[in-house]
Amino acid sequence: MSDNRLSVFKTYKLYVGGKFPRSESGRVYEVTAKKSATGEAGTGKWLANAPQSSRKDARDAVVAARKAFGGWSGATAYNRGQVLYRVAEMLEGRKEQFVREVADAEGLSKSKAAAVVDAAIDRWVWYAGWTDKIGQVVGGANPVAGPFFNLSTPEPTGVVTVLAPQESSFLGLVSVIAPVIATGNTAVVVASADSPLPALSLGEVLATSDLPGGVVNILSGNTAEIAAPLASHQDVNAIDLTGADAALAKELEIAAADNLKRVVRPQPVDGGSVDWTADPGTHRLTAFLETKTVWHPTGALGASGSSY
Amino acid sequence: MASAFEYAPAPESRSVVDIAPSYGLFIDGEFTEAADGKVFKTVSPSTEEVLSEVAQAGAADVDRAVKAARKAFEKWSALPGSERAKYLFRIARIIQERSRELAVLETLDNGKPIRETRDADLPLVAAHFFYYAGWADKLDHAGYGANPRPLGVAGQVIPWNFPLLMLAWKIAPALATGNTVVLKPAETTPLSALFFADICRQAGLPKGVVNILPGYGDAGAALVAHEDVNKVAFTGSTAVGKAIARQVAGTDKRVTLELGGKGANIVFDDAPIDQAVEGIVTGIFFNQGQVCCAGSRLLVQESVQDELLDSLKRRLSTLRLGDPLDKNTDIGAINSAEQLARITALAETGEAEGAERWSAPCDLPSSGYWFAPTLFTNVTQAHTIARDEIFGPVLSVLSFRTPDEAVAKANNSQYGLSAGIWTEKGSRILAVANKLRAGVVWANTFNKFDPTSPFGGYKESGFGREGGRHGLEAYLDVR
Amino acid sequence: MPTTAPAFSDATASDSALRRFLHGLPGVDAVGLEARAASLGTRSIKTTAKAYAIDLAISMIDLTTLEGADTPGKVRALAAKAVHPDPTDRTTPRTAAVCVYPDMAATAVAALAGSGVKVASVATAFPAGRAALDVKLADVRDAVAAGADEIDMVIDRGAFLSGRYLKVYEEILAVKAECARADGPDARLKVIFETGELSTYDNIRRASWLGMLAGADFIKTSTGKVATNATPANTLLMLEAVRDFRAQTGVQIGVKPAGGIRTSKDAVKFLVLVNETAGEDWLDNHWFRFGASSLLNDLLMQRQKLSTGRYSGPDYVTVD
Repeated sequence: MSDNRLSVFKTYKLYVGGKFPRSESGRVYEVTAKKSATGEAGTGKWLANAPQSSRKDARDAVVAARKAFGGWSGATAYNRGQVLYRVAEMLEGRKEQFVREVADAEGLSKSKAAAVVDAAIDRWVWYAGWTDKIGQVVGGANPVAGPFFNLSTPEPTGVVTVLAPQESSFLGLVSVIAPVIATGNTAVVVASADSPLPALSLGEVLATSDLPGGVVNILSGNTAEIAAPLASHQDVNAIDLTGADAALAKELEIAAADNLKRVVRPQPVDGGSVDWTADPGTHRLTAFLETKTVWHPTGALGASGSSY
Repeated sequence: MASAFEYAPAPESRSVVDIAPSYGLFIDGEFTEAADGKVFKTVSPSTEEVLSEVAQAGAADVDRAVKAARKAFEKWSALPGSERAKYLFRIARIIQERSRELAVLETLDNGKPIRETRDADLPLVAAHFFYYAGWADKLDHAGYGANPRPLGVAGQVIPWNFPLLMLAWKIAPALATGNTVVLKPAETTPLSALFFADICRQAGLPKGVVNILPGYGDAGAALVAHEDVNKVAFTGSTAVGKAIARQVAGTDKRVTLELGGKGANIVFDDAPIDQAVEGIVTGIFFNQGQVCCAGSRLLVQESVQDELLDSLKRRLSTLRLGDPLDKNTDIGAINSAEQLARITALAETGEAEGAERWSAPCDLPSSGYWFAPTLFTNVTQAHTIARDEIFGPVLSVLSFRTPDEAVAKANNSQYGLSAGIWTEKGSRILAVANKLRAGVVWANTFNKFDPTSPFGGYKESGFGREGGRHGLEAYLDVR
Repeated sequence: MPTTAPAFSDATASDSALRRFLHGLPGVDAVGLEARAASLGTRSIKTTAKAYAIDLAISMIDLTTLEGADTPGKVRALAAKAVHPDPTDRTTPRTAAVCVYPDMAATAVAALAGSGVKVASVATAFPAGRAALDVKLADVRDAVAAGADEIDMVIDRGAFLSGRYLKVYEEILAVKAECARADGPDARLKVIFETGELSTYDNIRRASWLGMLAGADFIKTSTGKVATNATPANTLLMLEAVRDFRAQTGVQIGVKPAGGIRTSKDAVKFLVLVNETAGEDWLDNHWFRFGASSLLNDLLMQRQKLSTGRYSGPDYVTVD
């Protein structure tokens, strides 16, 4: 192949309902590379024009997520695990692309970006294994004082809005999406505003990983603009505010109170940024679960009670 | 059954599996001959054709395999759980990819219908590895304290009724928790375990983590007795289970035993009758009844006995017995001549003791080991066929009048592995289940298995549980 | 007028007796029923058995057009197709019947005269059945007068779901009476339950018995006009009902799944259900039908594949 071959640029698009639309607003914004680990966004070379999502894109994404909820939450935990593992498999095959995108997005060296992508793949594997275990860890039989069978099981809460972290464009992104869908929720994800490209490319991976359309919907653009209608949306059940700064987070949490959304506040950090490589634990799984407890009489064997 | 709609033969292609003329032992990542050069033949129970010649492990080979497993243990147990998980996920995926090949192989070596190996055994095998793969990096969350440690080398002895599934039940949790294993498959069904050895190689599993020793009871006994084995896991007969319990007495070895059963399948008068009939059929004729948790005692409420038995006999008349590779076969071959002789003898005892025998009308093939689906009525608790495990397609029918009586009869057994309850009344299901002394109780279903669900027995059906979160305990140092 | 089988005459003596009888039928466990249907769906039907099944399935089709846009021309075209499903192969069996609305029955009767293909007409304010009884009966009378061999009636699902079983029963009796002909054979009555609206398997079993007690010649799943029509599970359940009914009364009743059966593979699965549930006595178009339209072409393409060894395509079957 000739060295001076002109390359083909990729048009980055949203991922909504299993399809790849442009923003209904027709708007895009420039995404540029970070120059170095300390460099500020916007100072590097032009990478692409990302869709700048509108309120209506957010609305469409919620409709898609709600439509997908019945099937995804009704799928067996085993099936969801298979799908999440499939995501890891597909990512492994497209590692080079993500290493390049993450290096550009976060100003990382190739080797550091590769470590981030490896960790993100392993994170899908971690959550793939949780789908059919979380119920065994947080659910169970309750020994009530009476002749009743009493069982608590966790169930997904519904449609979850996820504001992905602004800094960690890929490992952080995966770390907030995977636990939401592992338990059967569906997600509307607002990508890192300055570094949305790994997120938009992840949509392409999800679309080819047996994940039903609408389970994950990915929007790029101005976080506050997209998040506001999602935080107040009456058909959204929960919101993860990880990608919001303190002021925005408070504003969104107030809006979320209208229909009592479950809220995950941004992780407090002392200076620096969140360490997404740390053991993720289970709190992001349980944050979007409801516990359902079922009572049923056990009765006695005969009218006179049992002699056994 | 003669019908206008005769199904033409629909044999699954045998060419998807390539069986070598001979196989070695799998020790330290290599196939090797037995130290004393002994071999044995494995035959297809449906045709008596010799499938392959397999190296026969002896005590020296057991020692070699345990040493290899011990050597591998240090590194394997020190791997981060997330890396062990990925090996197991690889194995699960390769099993899924090769599942048709393995299903045909299992059907050839075991004699069970391809419909079962394809639709039950293999999907469960893959799912079991997939499930335990996910635990490998989550042991801290399993309820056994922080950072629970593996035991060391596990010596595992499995039966011939579900060769690959029993392998999965043994190996998957052992590896997930960081143990290494030496596994002895049954002498009549060694092939799928040897194919599994090849899968371990494809997955890049470190040498010595899994060792496979085809052989007879003497090899199993040597494995159980080996002083450097930390954990013994056995599935098989209660007699051998008791011998193992005696053998490990006074040692440090942990033991889990999954043994025989004489499961009661209790049908109340308000049962969903058509589904109950299916459940009875599944309960006793799945895998030709060679299932430790088979519902081999049907306890039916007297008020619906005649109706139920009529339905059951009509249904049994539609069972298709024959070539296990035919996709339409419901009932395959008995695994061995020895097992066939045992079933035959117990059925004769049933007749001699006065029970009434009925067999489904079907022609048995001229070669191979076959037994027609059979049921005995007028059976009481005193009959041998109501007490001894037959491990074949033979159902003993008893009746009861009240729930109390049903429970009393169901529990009146040395065994306590499984039971079934058929009624549309929820509180009766739970009340009866509460009183049953059995490790698995199925309500309005039977013979259901899932990797997330613990399985194991009460009383002489053994101890310890396999499957689920509970199944981890047997391979962790939780004392 | 046919009456209830004597064994069950008490059951229909009053609304409460009928209710007690229907609610006393054994329950249906949905998971178990669907598992059994799925398991029978894995039967592998090859070569000679497949050829037999395809011809049998063709001969069991009630080739159906039930559109607001139906015209005499459309009905005549369908009739021609029913008589010669594959114009290139005259060994192809004819379909069992052509199924039309009452106002098209006369056209169909004329077009099919002497062919042996029956004319079935839906009636009773098909598909909703929401009309006064005399309107429904007039609908039936029209179809019978036009020469229909078979009447496909819908039950009053509203009455059924609100527990007024006797009303449903009596309505079927009344329709059955209208099927009688002084001057020829009575029209055979197919009773449609609209299983998708009855919703539960327990209801489908009850409706099956209700229909059989009322003198249905056939029990039929659905109109094809709602979201869920014939499924292997609801057809299996109805096959169990006719099997049990014959065992108890000696009276054989036919079964007709309708709607949603589009491929040869599906059709063969249903025939396996018939074979292994009700038995070979039902493997005949007098006792089992498919309510379908597009199914026929798929069967014809499969038939061509079996006879020529190569896969056929939609250009090699007719679109009527």
